[in-house]
Amino acid sequence: MSHHKIEVRNLYFSYPDGHKAIKNMSFSIYHGESIGIIGANGAGKSTLLMLLMGVYFPDGGEVLVGDVRVTKKTLPMIRQRLGMVFQDPDDQLFMTTVYEDVAFGPRNYKLEEEDVERRVMQALEKVGIPHLKDRAPYKLSGGEKRSAAIASVLSMQPDVLIMDEPTSGLDPKSRRRVIDLLKSFEHTKIITSHDLDMVLETCKRIIVIKKGEIAADGTAVDILSNEDLLNSCGLELPLSLQKCPVCGTSKGKFGYIHEKIVVDKEAKKELRLTRE
Amino acid sequence: MMHMADALISPAVGGTMLATTAGVAAYSIKKLQNELDEKKIPLMGVMGAFVFAAQMINFSIPGTGSSGHLGGGMLLAILLGPYAGFLTMASILLIQALFFGDGGLLAFGCNVFNLGFYTCFIAYPFIYKWFTRKGITSKRIFAGSMASALVALQLGAFSVVLETLLSGKTELPFEKFVLLMQPIHLAIGIVEGLVTAAIITFVWRARPDILEKAANEEAFGNISMKKVLTALSIAVVVVGGLFSWFASANPDGLEWSIEKTAGTAELEAPDGIHETLSEIQSKTALLPDYDFKASENEKTAGQAENAWPAVNAGTSVSGIVGGALTLALAVFTGWVIMLIKRRKIKTTA
Amino acid sequence: MSNMINSLSNMRLLDDLARKETFIHRIHPLIKLLTTVVYLTVVVSFERYEIIGLLPFIFYPILIFAFAELPVAPILKMILLIEPFIIGIGILNPLFDHSKVLFGGIAISKGWVTFLSILIKCSLTVTASILLIATTGMDRFAVALRMLKIPKIFVLQILLTYRYISVLIEEVSRMIRAYSLRAPGQKGLKWSAWGSFAGQILLRTFERAERVYQAMNLRGFTGEYYTGDIAKLSFKDLAYFAAWSLFFIIARIYNIPVLIGSLFTGVI
Ligand SMILES: Nc1ncnc2c1ncn2[C@@H]1O[C@H](COP(=O)(O)OP(=O)(O)OP(=O)(O)O)[C@@H](O)[C@H]1O
Ligand SMILES: [Mg+2]
Repeated sequence: MSHHKIEVRNLYFSYPDGHKAIKNMSFSIYHGESIGIIGANGAGKSTLLMLLMGVYFPDGGEVLVGDVRVTKKTLPMIRQRLGMVFQDPDDQLFMTTVYEDVAFGPRNYKLEEEDVERRVMQALEKVGIPHLKDRAPYKLSGGEKRSAAIASVLSMQPDVLIMDEPTSGLDPKSRRRVIDLLKSFEHTKIITSHDLDMVLETCKRIIVIKKGEIAADGTAVDILSNEDLLNSCGLELPLSLQKCPVCGTSKGKFGYIHEKIVVDKEAKKELRLTRE
Repeated sequence: MMHMADALISPAVGGTMLATTAGVAAYSIKKLQNELDEKKIPLMGVMGAFVFAAQMINFSIPGTGSSGHLGGGMLLAILLGPYAGFLTMASILLIQALFFGDGGLLAFGCNVFNLGFYTCFIAYPFIYKWFTRKGITSKRIFAGSMASALVALQLGAFSVVLETLLSGKTELPFEKFVLLMQPIHLAIGIVEGLVTAAIITFVWRARPDILEKAANEEAFGNISMKKVLTALSIAVVVVGGLFSWFASANPDGLEWSIEKTAGTAELEAPDGIHETLSEIQSKTALLPDYDFKASENEKTAGQAENAWPAVNAGTSVSGIVGGALTLALAVFTGWVIMLIKRRKIKTTA
Repeated sequence: MSNMINSLSNMRLLDDLARKETFIHRIHPLIKLLTTVVYLTVVVSFERYEIIGLLPFIFYPILIFAFAELPVAPILKMILLIEPFIIGIGILNPLFDHSKVLFGGIAISKGWVTFLSILIKCSLTVTASILLIATTGMDRFAVALRMLKIPKIFVLQILLTYRYISVLIEEVSRMIRAYSLRAPGQKGLKWSAWGSFAGQILLRTFERAERVYQAMNLRGFTGEYYTGDIAKLSFKDLAYFAAWSLFFIIARIYNIPVLIGSLFTGVI
């Protein structure tokens, strides 16, 4: 399925004020992959996503979606393929009800109103908020807003989902919901985040960006357990891979393997607390 | 800046102003669509919300103990240009009319015109642009904002006076009304000028590109002198026409009493009502005779008196009784409906 | 600060009320708009001395309140909030017009009569506007605008403004809270701080506008606004409009309270 491939070749980009935000980036993303893009604040993650979406155009190099180069001309077609969820859902939910918002995209592609409705309901069901369809955005919780924003992109039926910090500002429960949601998508996914545990859970491959350049590109497990690499890029090991704060052992796939065999109830409680 | 309320205008004035405003708005939309900058639509939307919110940020005016806030007309004109500024003002006023009853649907045209037209289409192109024609400096921003806000608010205030008087809903003599409104709006204008200057200066320091863009984009900026003169002379003719019409309707010069400007057309309707009423009364013959005498006396007393049918004693007694009954009936009806509705909810629940 | 929170909660209350499902809510938005306009026009068309003749017009708001199951107290509060502005203008009448009229044997100043008339008209018109939005909501109101051939782009812009008022008022009140924590006991902002304060928010507004534009653009927005299908007018809608209009016009032509009163006083 080569038409789902996204290819970035020798990408360069500077902001109008001269700041070089992206320097010589190259990578390819294949159909069905889930990619986490991580890096410190200001590393250039959001900028990279904007270049993929054709919001900005590169100063050098190119972005190919399928075999099509992202240019002004090919934008309408590219944007039907790629769906992007913004960091602040308030920017994305610009209509007065959830339904109108989710319908905005399909309507722009001049679908029949029946098709629009079907797509809207499908998208809302997918993210689990069909009951909120007539709500005003300001009446949604942070997690619900995020879900609505994701639905507004899903209704366009993109092949690739691109998300900027999908779990920032969410409480643990809402975060969990969004993570489960992300895991349930079969789309090709590109996710930027500082929430490395979320990235570890939802992405198989990781690209680390440092000052506009790719510092590493590899499997999630390899990169996220490489403490030196992460430190040098202004990041830390994900919590779930850090040493147990109680007894200093590393956490395995199923939690910490503690040296002490805990018998009494008190300690058991403590153990439960230290997990996640 | 004061908003006109529905209760203060006549349908004729409201309708005329609504039509005028619709015309200006249609022209503005056309101009905007020619620009083909779809980026402007979200910007207008969010800027409208900004002005709405900024109007609520009060600041203390030094030495007076009172507080002021932004009106926003000039700000919108300067940042968005006249067409988008005007439309944005219109959408703010519409939301205020609907959700707060501030202004009103009938007075909508008046308000958009008073607050949007003079700022965007008079003060901005002819005054602010003139001050900043040789490039932007903070002094020019200050002078331009101040002068344009003052002029726009004076024009707006005068417009309020004219609309109110033409509507004939109040007793205020023209002279006194003007003497009241213009100085108040001089003060408001100074405040508006200051805050507009402050915020524009800030934007100019932090993001000069925004102001440059607004200034360059604007077709109004390089408008030819001929066009300016034409627009001005049209404005003069319109305003002058209004004035002379006003003056001729009021031969005793500045003694413009509302009695006369109220127009005769409106006064005829109550007359008709009066007669119908008399007829019904005579047919039903339920009221004592003196009522009609009083009514006749009133008719000779002049049209203005007739404007108030309840003047005579007989009808005023029945008016009071009937009025009380009407109110009681209305409240009772509402109460009964609510009661029935509650029952229904209870039984279905 | 408090006026900001107030306005916001009022808007949200109206927004909530508009989502109810009563017979009034289901009337076509265009019809409700037109009915309101007829109502306003008729009420406003009374001359400045009329009081009694205006009273039947209270039936309209009362019936809407009742049928649409709207809470009376909070809406009344909103209306009272706007009243001072009108009183400000209306109160000048008694000052300027001292001529007396006889009313039920008592001499009263015409200025006060005018004042009272304005007050009643204002209460009725303000109530009617608020009831319109409380039973329609902004989205359906936008549909009415569309049907009146208001350009879609303008409608979209109104909706965007409406949407972002919430967001911006919250942002502004957060900033004001932060400001007043550092400047306790100050009434309003210090004048010198206002420019940079509002300027900061304005810059963020610009950035937000940019992001909103990108979000719209990424979902295929190219300067056209496509709304969903617009509901057609039904017979019920037309009947609603006709019935109210008829009532308004009759109440305009005939002074109903005086009629009722004269029948009543005559019988007794
Ligand atoms: N509009 C802009 N104009 C100029 N420079 C910008 C602009 N937007 C971002 N930058 C700069 O470009 C760099 C990359 O920014 P970007 O937003 O891509 O970072 P990021 O990795 O997404 O950071 P964060 O984790 O904080 O979201 C930063 O140094 C930032 O200051
Ligand atoms: Mg970012």
